[in-house]
Amino acid sequence: MESDILVVDDSAAIRKILQRVLRQTGMAIRTIFEAGDGQEALELLKLHKIRLVLLDINMPRMDGLQVLACMKSSPQWRDIPVVMITTEGGESTVGEAVRLGAAGYVRKPCSADQIKEKLAGILEQELLR
Amino acid sequence: MNLQNIIIDSISRSTTHVFSTMLGVQIHSGEVTAEHGTLEANDGLLSFIGVAGGTWTGTGSLTCSPVLACRIHSRMLSTETAAVDQEVLDAVAELTNMIVGGVKTDLEPYLGPLGLSIPTVIFGRNFKTRTAGSTEWIVVKFPWDDEVLLVKMCLASKGKTANAMSPIAGQFCALEV
Repeated sequence: MESDILVVDDSAAIRKILQRVLRQTGMAIRTIFEAGDGQEALELLKLHKIRLVLLDINMPRMDGLQVLACMKSSPQWRDIPVVMITTEGGESTVGEAVRLGAAGYVRKPCSADQIKEKLAGILEQELLR
Repeated sequence: MNLQNIIIDSISRSTTHVFSTMLGVQIHSGEVTAEHGTLEANDGLLSFIGVAGGTWTGTGSLTCSPVLACRIHSRMLSTETAAVDQEVLDAVAELTNMIVGGVKTDLEPYLGPLGLSIPTVIFGRNFKTRTAGSTEWIVVKFPWDDEVLLVKMCLASKGKTANAMSPIAGQFCALEV
C-alpha cells in the first residue's frame, strides 16, 4: 500500500533533501507533503491520512516538540510514527522527544545514506517493503 | 582549557563535519582572528543565529560571497545555481543552523544547556553590522578554492554584557572552564 508522508522543517533545502532521500528508501510512497512549521503540519494532518512524519524540532510559530505532544495526545494521530530531525544535540531535547513518543531521531548534519539507514532501522516493520 | 580555545576548536570541527556530510567537501580552518565593535562594510551574505542559556548569551554567524553561497547551495542540493535566490538564502541559513548547532552541543558540557534561535540571513552590498556592548567575536576562516567562508562566534555571560561600559564587558578570553 502506498503511503502519504509529511516532512516538516522550516528549511526548504532540508525538506528537498529529505524528499529525495525518502524516494530512495524503497518505501511505497504516494505523496510527500511539506510543512514549514508546526501549525502547517497540523493543518496537513487534518486534511490527509499521513502514515509517517519527519519532524524538525527548532521551528518558528510551533516547534516540533509541541507538534509531537499534540499528535500523541490525539486518538486520531497518536499511532503515526514520528521521526525527529534535529540539530539539537542536547540529551534533554532528544529525551523529551522520546518520552513524548517519537519513534526515533535523525541528527543533522547527516548524509543521505545515514538518513536512509536510520529510517530503515526505525520503520522497518511499519513502512518499508 | 580556556573557552576561547574550545570555541575555536569547536567551530573548526563543526564546520568541517557539516561541509563533509552535507556538501561532500573537505575544507579546513585557516586563520583565526578577533573582531571588536562595529565591523567593516560587508558585501554578500551574512547569516546569524542566537545562542542563549543559563547565564550565557551570544551569536554564531556565517559570512560569504554570493559566489560561495551559490556553490554551497549547488553542492547541498545537487543542482546548478547561478544567482542568489530564496533557496540559496535558505541553504546558507540551514548550514548556519547546523554549524552553530554543533558548536552549541560542544559548549553545553561547559556552560550548561543552551538554546538556538531561528537563523536570519541578510544579502546585500556595503552594509555594516554592530554588536551591542563590547563583545569580542572569534573569527575562523575557511578557504574554499578562491573563496573564503567566515564562521564567527561571540559569547559572553549575561551579567557582563549588561554592563556595556565596563572595559571588560563581554570579555571571555581569560575564562577557565
